[in-house]
Amino acid sequence: MSLGTIGDRLPRKEDARLLTGEARYVDDLQIPGALWVAFVRSPYAHARIGSIDASAAQAMPGVRHVFTGADLRDAWANPMPCAWPVTEDMKAPDHWPVAVDTANYAGDAVAVVVADSRYAAADAVDAVAVDYEPLDPVVDLEDALSDRVLVHEGLGTNRSYTWTLAPEPDAVDRAFAEAAHTVQERYLQQRLIPAAMEPRGVAAVPGAYGGDLTIYSSTQIPHILKIMTAVTCGLPEQKLRVIAPAVGGGFGSKLNVYAEELVAVALARRLGVPVRWTETRSEAGVATIHGRSLIQDIELAADGDGRITGVRVKLLADMGAYLQLVTPGIPLLGAFLYHGVYDVPAYHFECTGVFTNRTSTDAYRGAGRPEATYALERTVDALAREVGVDPAEIRRRNYIPTDRFPYTSIAGLTYDSGNYQPTLERALELVGYDALRAEQQRRRDAGETRHLGVGITTYVEMCGLAPSRVLASLNYSAGGWEAATVSMLPTGSVQVVSGTTPHGQGHETTWSQIVADKLGVDPGQVEVLHSDTAVSPLGMDTYGSRSLAVGGVAVSMAADDVLAKARRIAAHQLECAEEDLELVDGELRVRGTPTRAMTLQAVAFEAFTAHDLPDGMEPNLFGQVTYDPPNFTFPFGTHVAVVEVDEETGMVELIDYAAVDDCGNQVNPMIVEGQVHGGIVQGAAQALWEEAVYDEAGNLRNPTLIDYCVPSAAEVPYFRLDSTVTPSPTNPLGVKGIGEAGTIAATPTVINAVVDALQPFGVTDIDMPATPERVWRAIQDAPQAQEAGR
Amino acid sequence: MNITLSVNGEQQGGDVEPRVLLVHYLRDTLGLTGTNVGCDTSSCGACTVLLDGESVKACTVLAVQADGHEVTTIEGLAPAGDGLHPMQQAFHEEHGLQCGYCTPGMIMAAVSLLEENPSPTEEEVRLGLEGNLCRCTGYHNIVKSVLAAADAGNGAAATTTEAVSS
Repeated sequence: MSLGTIGDRLPRKEDARLLTGEARYVDDLQIPGALWVAFVRSPYAHARIGSIDASAAQAMPGVRHVFTGADLRDAWANPMPCAWPVTEDMKAPDHWPVAVDTANYAGDAVAVVVADSRYAAADAVDAVAVDYEPLDPVVDLEDALSDRVLVHEGLGTNRSYTWTLAPEPDAVDRAFAEAAHTVQERYLQQRLIPAAMEPRGVAAVPGAYGGDLTIYSSTQIPHILKIMTAVTCGLPEQKLRVIAPAVGGGFGSKLNVYAEELVAVALARRLGVPVRWTETRSEAGVATIHGRSLIQDIELAADGDGRITGVRVKLLADMGAYLQLVTPGIPLLGAFLYHGVYDVPAYHFECTGVFTNRTSTDAYRGAGRPEATYALERTVDALAREVGVDPAEIRRRNYIPTDRFPYTSIAGLTYDSGNYQPTLERALELVGYDALRAEQQRRRDAGETRHLGVGITTYVEMCGLAPSRVLASLNYSAGGWEAATVSMLPTGSVQVVSGTTPHGQGHETTWSQIVADKLGVDPGQVEVLHSDTAVSPLGMDTYGSRSLAVGGVAVSMAADDVLAKARRIAAHQLECAEEDLELVDGELRVRGTPTRAMTLQAVAFEAFTAHDLPDGMEPNLFGQVTYDPPNFTFPFGTHVAVVEVDEETGMVELIDYAAVDDCGNQVNPMIVEGQVHGGIVQGAAQALWEEAVYDEAGNLRNPTLIDYCVPSAAEVPYFRLDSTVTPSPTNPLGVKGIGEAGTIAATPTVINAVVDALQPFGVTDIDMPATPERVWRAIQDAPQAQEAGR
Repeated sequence: MNITLSVNGEQQGGDVEPRVLLVHYLRDTLGLTGTNVGCDTSSCGACTVLLDGESVKACTVLAVQADGHEVTTIEGLAPAGDGLHPMQQAFHEEHGLQCGYCTPGMIMAAVSLLEENPSPTEEEVRLGLEGNLCRCTGYHNIVKSVLAAADAGNGAAATTTEAVSS
């Protein structure tokens, strides 16, 4: 068998077109006659929109049209969609693609320019004169909760919802009343800009001979976008085709239905010509959703040995100005995980969502789970300090014992499988934990100014979104299934049609390996089609580390169906019992009589001609599966970070990092490792470098990549990776998901290391990102420093 | 303004607006869309091309400034046919790319880096690629790719290797 079955490090099939520049992202598409769209955006965070004078813009060369929100109001049958009304009484403002009366964040679109070229459109934006009446903005979360200033007057409050998970309220109170130790922490999850390297883009192309319309979008969700466009624009869904061509990263930021996509559709219909828009990076800073942005209050109760007996969590989550596709639901994805990998008997979770005059928040890599893991793992370190034990030891004492899986958690989940402590021990071994602690002490004793810090996180996440019935219980407006069709074509090659929509994850390679493994063919014979609703009409798209655990499993089941049908055909033609057939090197052979055999290719041809099939059998050799997972999957692992902190400058350097992850069975370990590498840097970036900074007036001060510090290769080291394999018992591949693990683990791991380094100063907290200034100030303000009269 | 320049070994030219960026000239006028645009502040390096053999960010060069010069884009890195440049091959083998958007610029920057320093250390690779951002890979495999290309014979030699199977 050639390289390329399950478990092989097969180099990616996607690479050739990406390495040579042949891949086509949205802005690369040559679309004859397309007009360019650009948006006039509010410079105010909150303002009443007065008159809009577009005469100067319209007089400019190459400018075709200028439309205001009022001009386009009749293009919408419904406001923009929020698919996750988390409570019955959730408050949601009407959200129109182009604002009509008020602009509610700096960047809210108030008019649209249509021109012959991208340069002409950009020039004209500056010439549109908008008469704004500035209103007071609300930027701070607690200020928003006070309702001092209302973002949306019509709602009467800034509070969108309060969602509670209180399995046994009395038990929580009792746990805290009886606790030997309690710790209470407050953490700020700063706003983040997802910053996929390809900014968004969309082109809407009307059919030349009819009403059909094709949308090319840099999106993670072509299938969902098609449905939502039909609903918002009032179009028959069958008239729409959505194609996600090459997509340059998403990280959740392209898991949305955006104003610009809907405007492109509306204008293409109104003008009868193709229109296109490409986001600039500065524009992306305000026009594409942000991640995180919440205040976390968390308390742990524990017994005298530091065994956790209760967890109480209260969140104040920033929705931004509007509810985008799944804005209110993001904290709920973490709501069940604030006790993480620990066996905890009492639990209370509450989250309130508030509006602010800022860009909407929504899914960003990990979505709810990094926030939960951060709060818990930092608080567990605080507990270790309180109890006086090593942070590794406090974790050992609290892990859910391996013999308790499947484990029903107090929060109501059933963890499929787990074996946590080996990931901790291996990660500690990889960094040389004991030697590090000795070196740390040596430096402290010697009075050195470069302090060593070691941080630990053990995480569990829920992936494989999602069992549809569970989504129903969370009030989510869709299911969580995934579809796949595997066809063996008459010429013997294999076609896979998948409802997942990769944008860097390598599904073409991974799905090929699954099929190659099942059918005994070479992965080079397998073609994977995806991301075009005309080719792959059924799909729920790619996000939440769901693709392999749901979509890959669907592919595997469809391949099983192909093989089952092939066996029936071969048994019929070879005149033997199905049980007597074995699959060897791509042939179905009669056991004991290897000369009596049919290649799968021959079977596929027989299925195609249908000249001699068993009675009643349908022609063609394909399997089609829509798989609704019975449960989430629960990947886990332990990460350890080593940092050096310079007490004189506050500079933090990440010098070593070990990650031991368990995502169940791995189809392509090379791709798994790549996901972990990227996730670690994205998580470390939240810890050390990235923050969307707003001023009091609600202006984003750092929308560009000059000021928003996405790390480069120079800021990070090589990573030490290892894995354990604890297969998921809930799906036939035993897989779990790995796309978000690195991001989930890395943020608390790095901050725990920074706080650990600062222990000699008595520093127990540092806000993210832990910039040199923040670290330096924390040292200056620390109790020990002040005592010493620094 | 009328300009004449060599792009991937072919003579190109014509009338361009003086303010047009080289990257837009390459993409919109010549249809060479392999060079990507990832920012508007010359921060991300996605648009990196070679100008007379040295890496430049094509969003920071006006098309008219390239008048009379030689430009190499990702499309022109490997000789015609289906082969890959050793740097492209190294990125393939070491899984140095995921979504691929930063990849053309990253590869052009890496080729230029090895041209200046054929045997860089890990640290020198990291510092040398500081102007090119990637959001997917965490740089781990990018650095490995560049070091592998250096090991394989100083990456800048324009020899083709076997095509990637697809």
